[in-house]
Amino acid sequence: MTEAANSSHADPVIEVTDLVTHYGNTEILHGVSLTVDPGEIMVIMGGSGSGKSTLLRHLLALERPTSGSIRLLGRELTQMSEFELYALSRKMGVAFQGGALFSSMTVGENVMLPLREHTDLDEGTMEIMMRLKLEIVKLAGFENLMPSELSGGMVKRAAFARALIMDPALLFCDEPSAGLDPVVSSGLDELILRLRDALRMTIVVVTHELDSAFRIADRIAVLDRGELLALGSVDEVRNHGNPRIQNLLNRRFEEEELDPEEYLARLTGTAKEPTR
Amino acid sequence: MAPSGSARPALRVAEDIGRWTARGLDSIGFGATLISQSLYWLLMGRRRRQAVRAAPVFAEMMEIGIRAIPIVTLLSATIGVMLALQGIYSLKAFGAERQVTIGVALGVTREFAPLITGILVAGRSGSALAARLGTMVISNEVDALRVMGVNPVRYLVVPSLVAMVVMLPSLALWSDFVALFAAGLYISADLGITLGAYGQEILRVVSVDDMRHGLLKSLLFAVLITTVAIVDGSSVEGGAEGVGRVTTRSVVHGITAIVLTDMLFVFAATR
Repeated sequence: MTEAANSSHADPVIEVTDLVTHYGNTEILHGVSLTVDPGEIMVIMGGSGSGKSTLLRHLLALERPTSGSIRLLGRELTQMSEFELYALSRKMGVAFQGGALFSSMTVGENVMLPLREHTDLDEGTMEIMMRLKLEIVKLAGFENLMPSELSGGMVKRAAFARALIMDPALLFCDEPSAGLDPVVSSGLDELILRLRDALRMTIVVVTHELDSAFRIADRIAVLDRGELLALGSVDEVRNHGNPRIQNLLNRRFEEEELDPEEYLARLTGTAKEPTR
Repeated sequence: MAPSGSARPALRVAEDIGRWTARGLDSIGFGATLISQSLYWLLMGRRRRQAVRAAPVFAEMMEIGIRAIPIVTLLSATIGVMLALQGIYSLKAFGAERQVTIGVALGVTREFAPLITGILVAGRSGSALAARLGTMVISNEVDALRVMGVNPVRYLVVPSLVAMVVMLPSLALWSDFVALFAAGLYISADLGITLGAYGQEILRVVSVDDMRHGLLKSLLFAVLITTVAIVDGSSVEGGAEGVGRVTTRSVVHGITAIVLTDMLFVFAATR
């Protein structure tokens, strides 16, 4: 938290302005703006269908937005060529939700892949760097196993090792604790905190797990139905007056207001396609 | 869905045809893009610091080509003997059994060897490629490549394409030899000519043009199989079930594309 405060005068690492995105004809994000400062852990939180995964995919330049701007490390993402994006991607690491390890390669080969593709290091050096990263995520000695031989938590840690191998300035984690037992998931939270403190990494975490979010976040962005409801420190979000945020925090299911005409239309099958 | 569509079936059929056409054109466009991008990465990759590596190309060659040799050998020998049998049977009507060599020689080199290897490789390697790519898409592995700054076409498509383009004509050539040899064994035994005389006859009948005709086709099939597999594989939707669907689809599309292209090629090359 203090580090985030100290460096708040520096240029933001990520600057999203009025981001509007569509999936087919459905508008997913309705003008989202947020900034991430150097050395902070920003947690993007929201339920299913809130648009948090969509936001992440846009931050990773996997999708092109309808309008708005995304600046990453000072560069406008939406106007970059393919090759500029590849150059930028060497400065960032991504740990995907399911790990996204290549099933045909060993854990070690998976972790070394970015080195192999982007550097001319010799085999021995790459292996040492790979083992170093595996040590950090506490997977030392597992480099010769195939991803299918690892447990869910180990796959996620291996994915972290691969995300860290190029020593990125910026790390993205998609649902690091989803589907894991509480002990393993708090281990991953510890890892994320250590990465920020030891390596001064800027970290963006997308999650729907409240406990994990409150434990690691410097700041939290709450997304709901494609809108940014709140952006602030853990306490600010906790004490936020918006009832939708309070529902989310207190795990209350939100009853939709019933519109009689729409209800009738739904029952008779003459309703329009539902919009998310 | 607007309910009016179901009220007018004719309209809905027209709509469906339109949608299929649009989707088909879309796939063809995507395939063409894939081929041109593959060529780009193959030639310019090194300059862009995204070189196509030799190791995966050789691994693919091993899988697509070398491991297919036993089954290609078996099928080619069978086709050779079958052509000899049918040829002798049908030529008997004219008392011209000895002319069977011409039919077998041209049939094998111009048509059967490239076609049978093409269909076999489409079923064996095209489907595997589609399944692998489909699995990679649904488990975010293709996204992972992109965010690691690795172009998926360069990394996944080019090795398969190069391996296919080298190995399919090689397999077709091997299939030529095996089928002609097997046919020769049967013909020499049945018609009482020596294998040497049969060989002489083959060399006299088959021209370089015939060989080129067959091998060019298998080159075309190689590009078709890879492109169809990649286009189908990357169109995957849903989970494991989706992967199964695109795998089946890629075999059907691959074989259809091969047979149709074969006919068009022969039409253009012989008329």
